[in-house]
Amino acid sequence: MADSEHAGDLSRILYVDLARRVYWVEERPEIFAEWFGGAGAGIRLLSEECPQGIDPLSPKNPVILAVGIMNGVFPLASKTVAMFKSPLTGNLGESHAGGRSSIAIRMAGYGAIVIRGRSESPVYLTIDEKGARFRDASALWGMNSASTVGRIIREVEPGAGVRTIMRIGKAGERLIPYSYVTTETYRHFGRLGLGAVFGSKNLKAVVVSGKKSFKFKDPKVYRELYEELFKTFCKSPLMCKYHELGTPMNVLPLNMTGSLPSRNLQSNRFSGAQELSGENMAEKYLGRRTACAHCPVSCIHIAALREPYENEPYFYKTKMISYDYEPIYALGAMLELKSPEGYLKLMDTVEELGLDAMSTGVVLAWATEAMERGIVKEGDAGGIALKWGDHEAYIKAVKRIVAMENEFFQALAKGVKYASSKYGGEDFALEFGGNEMPGYHTGPVAHLGYLTGARHSHLDGAGYSIDQKMYKEGLKYTPEFAARELFEEESWRQVLSSLVVCYFARGVYTPEVVSRCLRTLGLERSPDELKERGRSVLKQKYAFKYREGFSLRDLRIPKRIYETPTPLGAITEEMIRAGLGEFEKLVVG
Amino acid sequence: MVKRLSVVDVDLCVGCQSCMFACNRRFGEAGLGRSAIHIQSAGGIERGFVVRVCRACEDPPCSKVCPTGALTKREGGGVRLSYAKCIACGNCVRGCTLGAIFWDVELDKPTVCVYCGYCAGFCPYGVIRMEEVA
Repeated sequence: MADSEHAGDLSRILYVDLARRVYWVEERPEIFAEWFGGAGAGIRLLSEECPQGIDPLSPKNPVILAVGIMNGVFPLASKTVAMFKSPLTGNLGESHAGGRSSIAIRMAGYGAIVIRGRSESPVYLTIDEKGARFRDASALWGMNSASTVGRIIREVEPGAGVRTIMRIGKAGERLIPYSYVTTETYRHFGRLGLGAVFGSKNLKAVVVSGKKSFKFKDPKVYRELYEELFKTFCKSPLMCKYHELGTPMNVLPLNMTGSLPSRNLQSNRFSGAQELSGENMAEKYLGRRTACAHCPVSCIHIAALREPYENEPYFYKTKMISYDYEPIYALGAMLELKSPEGYLKLMDTVEELGLDAMSTGVVLAWATEAMERGIVKEGDAGGIALKWGDHEAYIKAVKRIVAMENEFFQALAKGVKYASSKYGGEDFALEFGGNEMPGYHTGPVAHLGYLTGARHSHLDGAGYSIDQKMYKEGLKYTPEFAARELFEEESWRQVLSSLVVCYFARGVYTPEVVSRCLRTLGLERSPDELKERGRSVLKQKYAFKYREGFSLRDLRIPKRIYETPTPLGAITEEMIRAGLGEFEKLVVG
Repeated sequence: MVKRLSVVDVDLCVGCQSCMFACNRRFGEAGLGRSAIHIQSAGGIERGFVVRVCRACEDPPCSKVCPTGALTKREGGGVRLSYAKCIACGNCVRGCTLGAIFWDVELDKPTVCVYCGYCAGFCPYGVIRMEEVA
């Protein structure tokens, strides 16, 4: 019997060169012992692999897919971190996804996969513990439906149940800087344009499968700790909350407090909140709930939409379309789509074509307001009149964005920052650091978080939850407090996203619990050491951002956020600028 | 009493695979390489899931195709595997109509359910449970 690997011995990095069609494995245990994997290993590898100042769509931009030491070992450690240079923001590209991606990569025996170069012709990769194989993807290129691509690969490749099929849609092929990589149909590396980086490499998909097993020095301690954690998760309120309604449970509470951006944040309440609430969607449309591998929560909610064919009596199709809070915000509330069916059809179009739902919604919301104000005309949009609530017009617009049909749609295809720089309307172009806005107008800290977050995501420092805490406890905003809270939260999240634990599990995976988990893996790290490690990862990410020309001082802030009140009152530019100054002291020094 | 694992309602399955990881932990290991239960989608996650696990047949085909008598019938249904007799020919894997015999690459031996029920304790949605067969 061969000696099996110890669960703590994560070290193998698979390097793939698409140009030369070769692969090799390097053992780099020090990276994983020090940074645990995920975001920590990812930023190290990105800094090594990505030359300064390159075009993000050039062959020199690497794709790094990193998992961590806890994936496949403890429950809810179910995420993969992708790192690259973002074609949307021009600096750090980082996106996380679940599905089966992290388990498949870990079970194939890798801590990270680094993909270099550009293939001469369309290709997809199949990866297992033996290495990578290069498959012709010419027949898959140009398909209108990303789910069909998944269906085909599913049939021709082995490993059902223990594999991930990450793929791009047409939007990624066409290098749209907010195109996604999707995995297991319903989970996404959505933000910051990983899809376009795949597309620029002629890389249609990456299939990874594996079934490894890992040993422990003290198996009994491992089993006991696992059982304790599993029970804690099953009893915790998060299980029930995210299992029953999923993330759309947030629609009504956010709407009630006036924190849900609607009509391009002209309003902080959404007139269709009842219809698109988690409650109504579950009651009328929920067709199936599913989970990421190794996560009992099963937060993924999939609607069944039964649609008649127009010209065929008694002939129907039923599409399964996933819904979550953020897409409901971006494609529902921001566009004032009150009909769940209209929203689901638009969502389906966005999914099939391969765009990030959040960025797409914000781009369309800007375009609608720009048309309302006469900055752009129907003629610019090839005769499409974009109007709040008109899902059919939006579906047409999404198709034209991906087709990049004319000058206007070419501009929209570059994101809201670019489009507004070309046509005007920057005051209501809701982008932060070049990334389109997430769905929380809870107060100043949310917006400060979008600006300062290394990914410009609501998940970086969870500013919205700091706002909500201030609201509940009647605290007043101070720039020092806001910056400190964001910095500490984002720092701790670097540890979670190095392990790589889903943020939904953050309440259970405290520094003390993580420290115990690592001990079973042979790593002694105190809670304080862990926190310090997190700060260091965040600073490394910031070093990369600054290297690529980012500066907290140059950030443009859309005026719209000052015009629409939040539950904490009106936000002022002074509040935000002062917060940026404080954050800079913490992260750059 | 002789027990077996029963799939109560496959439509309750969310595909979290906690049972597969549990099965592997019987050996004190993390991962999937030793698991005797397997969850996969029924042709895409939108169609739901399939649970592949030994149903303890009364007259098991796997046992019939074993050339060395390593897979013997268990009283009340199912089989027991003798590692000492097994020559790793893989006939049982091919012989199981349900595809419920797996392969342990490290041991180079088949993996068959031992009807311990440890996995059922980690199914939060009641998809699988132990039941008495005799």
